[in-house]
Amino acid sequence: MDRFAWTNGLLEMNETLVIQQRGVKLYDGDDKAKLDVGVVLLTTHRLIWRDHKNHECCIALSLSQIIYFEEQAAGIGKSAKIVIHLYPVTANKEPGPYQQSKFPYIKLSFKEHGQIEFFRRLTEEMTQKRWETPVPQTISTLRKAPQTGKTRAVGIVGIERKIEQKRKETEQNISEAFEDLSQLMVKAKEMVELSRSIANKIKDKHGDITEDETIRFKSYLLSMGIANPVTRETHGSGTNYHMQLAKQLGDMLLAPLEERGGMMALTEVYCLVNRARGMELLSPEDLVNACKMFESMQLPLRLRVFDSGVMVVQLQSHSEEEMIASALDNVTDKGSLTSEEFAKLLGLSVLLSKERLLLAEKMGHLCRDDSVEGLRFYPNLF
Amino acid sequence: MSFEWPWQYNFPPFFTLQPNVDTRQKQLAAWCSLALAYCRHHKLYTLDVMESQESPVFNNKKIERKLSTEAIQVVFEELRKKGNLDWLDKNKSRCLVMWRRPEEWGKLIYQWVSKVGMINSVFTLYELSNGDDTEGEEFHGLEEWILLRSFKGVKFF
Repeated sequence: MDRFAWTNGLLEMNETLVIQQRGVKLYDGDDKAKLDVGVVLLTTHRLIWRDHKNHECCIALSLSQIIYFEEQAAGIGKSAKIVIHLYPVTANKEPGPYQQSKFPYIKLSFKEHGQIEFFRRLTEEMTQKRWETPVPQTISTLRKAPQTGKTRAVGIVGIERKIEQKRKETEQNISEAFEDLSQLMVKAKEMVELSRSIANKIKDKHGDITEDETIRFKSYLLSMGIANPVTRETHGSGTNYHMQLAKQLGDMLLAPLEERGGMMALTEVYCLVNRARGMELLSPEDLVNACKMFESMQLPLRLRVFDSGVMVVQLQSHSEEEMIASALDNVTDKGSLTSEEFAKLLGLSVLLSKERLLLAEKMGHLCRDDSVEGLRFYPNLF
Repeated sequence: MSFEWPWQYNFPPFFTLQPNVDTRQKQLAAWCSLALAYCRHHKLYTLDVMESQESPVFNNKKIERKLSTEAIQVVFEELRKKGNLDWLDKNKSRCLVMWRRPEEWGKLIYQWVSKVGMINSVFTLYELSNGDDTEGEEFHGLEEWILLRSFKGVKFF
């Protein structure tokens, strides 16, 4: 307890309050200090204790005087404590409540609890050692291996101190490693900002889409997942990449479409195309954008969206009326059909056959019979 | 004479409310005439919505199809718009079916009255509906409430 010095309790420049806890009694070693219960304040520089009744009675000790500290669990009738081991008194110490003490350690007894948080904060402050440098939180504050204050290397205290130092070193290494990670994150943020600003600049220069670099850059943007902000896309002119893709799809899909009667759901197209490509897979977005360009590029394919939202790719030569007329014939033949039966009859997927039947119904050629047995379609005799 | 069902009655889609607007209009028209014909044949003047779900009109056991309550409501609403139906209560659970509209009844009665030369004489409602003179006329046996309504349209007395 002789390490404490009287203080006015005011914080110095750069000193900030970290945590305070009331209901704390001080112990000189194992003996109760001749002070009442009070408030203990942890700052970046010091440990301050103030009498809760008499605010003038205020003592402090520098955090630099702490060798190490540990928790002492509460017992029956005893509060939890933090034991703080201190360096010996320096010669130029200011006067304090105790002139001398036979103990090199003090205890803080937490009569109103709060020791867990206090311990945590104290650990933090002792690791960061913010009292040592005027500017906190820069890389330079992370110190090199500490070798200060090893005045005594003997005995249990020496061993304890060595352990403490080793712990501090590992902590430091870990935080340095994480420093790199946070640096990387900062860089990534910058990159995203940069690409966004370039994308905006491209947006402004409407007419220069023919430049190869910008096209390539935009395809990089697309592959990175940044949505192309260029509004040209909505007007159908799109990027070169999509145009090329559309051409490729046009060639590739002709044969499968013939097989399937001229119409394929977009999901089927997606599966087929990606299976064929093997390596450079297409994203669904790219596929849809490429399909949207079929018409403008005068390819013999069309992207078609049904009322229900189903998207299909169909041959241009594929005529809707023919399909419906043939659907009507089929239904009349069999009297009535469900979409499953129709699908089986035509070799179509159930989804597409349902769409066709619904379309025929919309045209008034068929009518529906909805019952517990399912949905059937009849020729419209009404 | 047993009731003759129209061809639609045995057509399963008839019992599903059609989504296609044109088809639906034709379907509802067929339902309206079926319902009215049935009521006329069996001389039914009131219908309860719950009961009618089970009645053979809306429930064809042979093909195992029946109209849902929503569809029945739609048919009734259609009849009401045409003037052939009136709701008895606010919850729309019971209704009066007029397979001949009050105006039409009024006209018939007027025609009979003028035929027998009884214009400007006084009749009781009972006489009109149940009197010996009116036996054989279509409005013989007509219920009082509809007689009353039929007079609203025609300026009699």
